[in-house]
Formats: sequence, structure tokens, C-alpha cells
Amino acid sequence: MQITTIVNGRSYTKDVEPRTLLVQYIRDVLGLTGTNVGCDTSSCGACTVLLNGESVKSCTVLAVQVNGQELTTIEGMATDSGLHPIQKAFQENHGLQCGYCTPGMVMAAASFLNENPNPTEREVREALEGNLCRCTGYHNIIKSVLAAANAMEGAM
Amino acid sequence: MFPASFDFFKASSVADAVSILSREDDAKLLAGGHSLLPLMKLRLASPAVLVDISALEELAFVEDKGDYVAVGALTRHHDVANSELLKSAVPILPFVASKVGDPSVRHRGTIGGSIAHGDGASDLPAAILALDSDLVAVGPDGERVIQAKDFFLGFLETALRPNEILTEIRVPKFSGGWSYQKFNRRAQDWAIVGVAAVHNGSTKISLVNMASTPIRASAVEAALADGASVEVASGVASEGLEPPSDLNASADYRRHLAQVLVKRALTEALG
Repeated sequence: MQITTIVNGRSYTKDVEPRTLLVQYIRDVLGLTGTNVGCDTSSCGACTVLLNGESVKSCTVLAVQVNGQELTTIEGMATDSGLHPIQKAFQENHGLQCGYCTPGMVMAAASFLNENPNPTEREVREALEGNLCRCTGYHNIIKSVLAAANAMEGAM
Repeated sequence: MFPASFDFFKASSVADAVSILSREDDAKLLAGGHSLLPLMKLRLASPAVLVDISALEELAFVEDKGDYVAVGALTRHHDVANSELLKSAVPILPFVASKVGDPSVRHRGTIGGSIAHGDGASDLPAAILALDSDLVAVGPDGERVIQAKDFFLGFLETALRPNEILTEIRVPKFSGGWSYQKFNRRAQDWAIVGVAAVHNGSTKISLVNMASTPIRASAVEAALADGASVEVASGVASEGLEPPSDLNASADYRRHLAQVLVKRALTEALG
């Protein structure tokens, strides 16, 4: 089945089997391997991407369901002028250890900060409840998201 | 993990979905996919045909109907949780929706999908049951209304016929106390046991993960109606029930949890 998607601002038209998962479409068909597969059961959040601006777990969406819609992956966050403020905040606050969960954390944070630009620490913790870090580096991840919120507020 | 192969149809309307369901053998409806796709990936379900209804915007609504609020079956958990109308007219429902999964799950999962899946471990079916909601189903012969108490028949089995689609949930407004107690070990997990309590003249209580379906705590309701104290009524929370045993909890532990959580729920709802 032929589907057209706008991914990180670029339009792609591809043939996919109906059973193709969105994460396989992103990684294997489009070659955007920044999005990771973790648990493959919609628990860990490693595969989080933005669908029409909102975070979704791409292991639990069919590619054919997003025909005609817009996606943002971790590759779409940085611009020519540098890293996205959330990426920068993760870098500056050591918000990662092995880095496997990081693309998902950044995308979940992007969706959340769009909805709630001025969160409390508690709200950040609750917003990231669906993203697991097996290095258990949560402390600095929370710090990074709060720093990103500050930086993005300042920029607006 | 891949689902087994299937034929894929995108429904253009409710009538179109019903006609595809009536025409095709072994067809399942797909909305947000957060109940069905995990089962398909584990090959616990392998429908031959999927009918995608996720784009049917006419089924995503929250409307004030006087005595009740009509919630379209495709309303996502995120939108139920953030509905100002529901927050003021039926506050327990958006609260329960905000406890389903995690934010990304709530961006996809729908209230109709959760109810039609009929999982005894899910939050929303139990809430709907405690609220005595009506469920609207559309099939080839038109529309029919099913009471929540007649909807959940067995393990992942509901009163929906194979060619029917759940379109709307009618949730009665109420102004009394309420509580939803969800006990789990990790924030995004299913409830090991959950309790929904609604106090509006009489007190209605339903239980999550205490049977193969969401189930009313009839013994507690009867005890309260006879004037029993919260202490005494919560003591019979697991009477007549056969809760499941699994990796998270034994049946005995669930019986214990049910009593503790019913007590907490009644204390909050009646307090």
C-alpha cells in the first residue's frame, strides 16, 4: 500500500505492507535510525516520535495509519544553527549515560513542553512516566527538561 | 515483533465500517491500536482484516446532553482527561482517563477502544460500569443502546456483535463524591487492583482486575445500602469473586488489596 508522510519537513511516498510498524517504516524504509526500538511493547518509550506534534510510541502504530500525516523524529530537532534547546539541555546537564533512551526522552519532552511550557519538577516526572532509562539516570534527565523549559521560555 | 499479515481497509464513515465488517470474515476494528496491536504483535490475535476507523472525526466528541455527557468512541484518553465539560459534569471519568498508561499512550488510545476491548484489568471499563453508562452500538440494522452492566460478558468478550461498532458512551452527570484508587508498582502499569466509587444518593463501586471482566462490588453496595459502616462494608469487597493470579499478584493478595482499596475509595467518596 502506498503512503505519503511528511517527516521532518520532507515528503516521502513509499510502498509498505499494512503490517509495517511505524518504527520500522522510520528506521528501515526511510533510513532514519535515530529512533530506537527498546521493549517493542509500548512500555519503554525509546521509539517515541511526534505525530502531528504529539508524542506517540512508534512501535504501536501502523505506518499505514499515518498516511498523509506529519512526523518529527530526533533527526528533525536540530537545525543548521545548532542543536534544539532540549538537546542542548541534555548535553549541558549530562541528561544521558548510554544514550539509548535519549531520542525518546527528547521527543517526549518536546511534546510535553509544547503542552506545558512552564512545568514543575513533579509535572516533568509525570510527563516522562512512559520513558524508561535503564541506566536509571532520571535525576539529570529531569534537570535537563527543566533547564530546556527555562531556555525555551527565555527564547520566546 | 511483526503482526501476522492482514488486509487493511480505511473506513470512510461509520456506515462504511459496518459494511466492511459485515462483508469480511474475521475483521477487527482498529482505532488507536493500543489494545489490539500489542496482541497482534504477540500473535495472541491474528485477524484477517483490519478496518481502520481512526480518521472518523465524527466519532471524536464530548457533548453536553442535559442529564448526561455523550463521549464519542474515538475520543482519545488525552482528550477525555482534558475535557472541561467532563471535569465539571463527571469528574471521575477524566481523572481515570489521566491514569491510563502514559502521555504517549493517551495520545493514541481511545475510550471506545478501551471499552470495546473489555479488559478486566483496564481502568475505563470499570469507571463506565460504576457510572451506569449507556453504550451506543451501530450495526447493519441501525443503532442500539446497551447498558454497561450488560456489556462485559467474559474475558475480552463484550456484547458487541462482530459487525457492530461502538460509537458513543453516554455518561450520566452526577454531583456527589467519587474516588478512583489504582494500585500498581510502576507508574504506567495496569492496575494490580483498582476501585472506582461513585456516591450520588446510593453508592456504586466497581473493581479492576478482580475478575475476568470489570465487575461491580455488589456485596459492598448491598452492605452500604443496609447501613453498614465503611469499615464493615469494605471487609466484603472480594466476597464471591475469583480474582486472577499472575506475575504481579496472587489471588489472595488481590482479595486483600480489594478490601484496602475499597476502604480508601469509600473514605474519599463518602467523606
